[in-house]
Amino acid sequence: MGDHVPGPALGFTQQPESGAPRRGVAVEVSGLTRQFGAAAALCAVDLAVAPGEFVALLGPSGSGKTTLLRILAGLDFPDSGVVRIGGRDVASVPARQRGVGFVFQHYALFRHMNVFDNVAFGLRMLPRARRPSQAAIRERVRRLLALVQIPELERRYPGQISGGQQQRVALARALAIEPPLLLLDEPFGALDAQVRKGLRRWLRALHDQLGITSLFVTHDQDEAMEMADRIAVMRDGRVAQFDTPAAVLARPADPFVAGFLGDANRLECAVAGGMARFALPGLSPLPAPGVPDGPGLAFARPVEVLASPAGSNGRVVTVRPDARGLRVVVAVGPAELEAVAASDWPAPQRGAACGVQVVSAQVFAA
Amino acid sequence: MSTAGIAGLSPAAVPAGRRRAWPRSALPGLRPTLGLTLLWLSLLVLLPLTGLLLRPWEIGLDGVWRVVTEPRALAALRLSFGAAILAALIDLPLGLLVAWALVRYRFPGRRLLDAMVDLPFALPTAVAGLALVALYAPNGWLGAPLSAIGVQVAYSRAGVVMALIFVGLPFVVRTLEPVLLDLPGEAEEAAATLGATRLQTLRHVVLPAVAPALLTGFSLAFARAVGEYGSVIFIAGNTPMVSEIAPLVIVTRLEQYDYAGAAAIGLTMLACSFLLLLLLNLFGRRLRPRTA
Repeated sequence: MGDHVPGPALGFTQQPESGAPRRGVAVEVSGLTRQFGAAAALCAVDLAVAPGEFVALLGPSGSGKTTLLRILAGLDFPDSGVVRIGGRDVASVPARQRGVGFVFQHYALFRHMNVFDNVAFGLRMLPRARRPSQAAIRERVRRLLALVQIPELERRYPGQISGGQQQRVALARALAIEPPLLLLDEPFGALDAQVRKGLRRWLRALHDQLGITSLFVTHDQDEAMEMADRIAVMRDGRVAQFDTPAAVLARPADPFVAGFLGDANRLECAVAGGMARFALPGLSPLPAPGVPDGPGLAFARPVEVLASPAGSNGRVVTVRPDARGLRVVVAVGPAELEAVAASDWPAPQRGAACGVQVVSAQVFAA
Repeated sequence: MSTAGIAGLSPAAVPAGRRRAWPRSALPGLRPTLGLTLLWLSLLVLLPLTGLLLRPWEIGLDGVWRVVTEPRALAALRLSFGAAILAALIDLPLGLLVAWALVRYRFPGRRLLDAMVDLPFALPTAVAGLALVALYAPNGWLGAPLSAIGVQVAYSRAGVVMALIFVGLPFVVRTLEPVLLDLPGEAEEAAATLGATRLQTLRHVVLPAVAPALLTGFSLAFARAVGEYGSVIFIAGNTPMVSEIAPLVIVTRLEQYDYAGAAAIGLTMLACSFLLLLLLNLFGRRLRPRTA
């Protein structure tokens, strides 16, 4: 489960020349809408992904991210809207002719075939004229298995290997057809935390090495933050924000993104004259530049809420040691907030009175 | 019976040092269930089979040999097994198609079709036979146009196969249905994203996955067809040496009070069927996907 990527690349035709500028758009969707019965899975989605980008589709379950991925692969069809892959409108191109690699959440390996045959599948299904020779297929499959670091599993069956190994087989199988676009649906969803962390870095390195464009679906924000060049935060079938990880974190576009990222505390407030006054007792007002007067919503991440022994507007509910200090849950009036203990307060006790202050927050008009 | 099981398995009831016949298990009820199973299996299956095993030898080994190798008996055995295998083979694609349609798609009348699949199970086989005769007789709905082009179904071997296809079909359908339901659609989608055509997906992904179930369905349809009597005798015409099935030969001998002769042919059918089903079973083991 190392995070280094071995050896030479596969000699992919799509690999850009080193230093060559990546121009144009790899994937472009506009006005994409998909209804399932009465419920809208996608609602006028626009998204443009540049070649070589690694994009995360992040959102709670039911936000439409998997539907978007399946439409890109040709496994589902939009009710309206345009999908372009590599500049080509793919509305009438069936999945098998799109040449898009797809890694399924539960791998969807062929259980009656061993690992080698699984990976070779895409090559063996090519029309005879374009199909490589047996020897060339063997060579390519071996190189792919080396690339995903499981060369020793060639003769095993999917039922005989671990989840992480199945994931690597699924990836090798998808890469065998040399797709310019790789789609991954919750690629690490079924793996345990330890395996997942190793695979994240490894997959990102592999993406960079192959020079392909990748989109992956996740509901894990850490995963999206760590791996993606840009994150499309989705909610109720819409893209709420599409930007770099740093930008979505620093400048969330709306209350949903602010609340969804970083497990932020949600605080009701009233904005007047560029200042937000909190409804909860004892919290000092914060500046809220540019927010119109009226009721507002503030989002403060745990690290932005400080609990200290000075003051008595709160009470400690739970204490949890964390690598970066002490995380506490404090009760303030009717609400419970995630907070950090002040550095000069080494041993807060459960039930102790404390002072709670919001140091900074994202404020939106409610 | 449950007290016996619980008492037998609770550690307090087992005297120290007593040897166990099998490892301890948290699941109660092994002794009563296994005991009852063996009892009824013996009474209902083994005892009659033993009778069948013992009865023929009254006429001696060469007597049995004479009965079984008689041309009329041989022709009947050939027809019974040949027609049963052929019918089960024909049932495979038909059954796969029906099961596929029932499992994969939602269409008006699906439940009705679903219920109709079981009709050959429920119908008295004699009724099925009469219905088939009405249909395929030279003046029947299908028989008339068929005989116009020189094809005779009723009162021929074709009629035998036709009746056996009819009684075997539900076995194939019902065996395949749960397997198709269980088949992850993702495997087919994966094949599509990898560039496989529908035909390639069917050939390389779907069929291998349902192969064990196809084999089981074939075995069941074959087993049913070999023993089928009621529906066949009406449509077969029962011409000795041509369209007479082995069960009819047995019944004919019974009517002549030749119990040993009837049992000899019965034993031959039993042995052949057992051998074939055993082979199918062994072959089926190789088809199953491998796990750890």
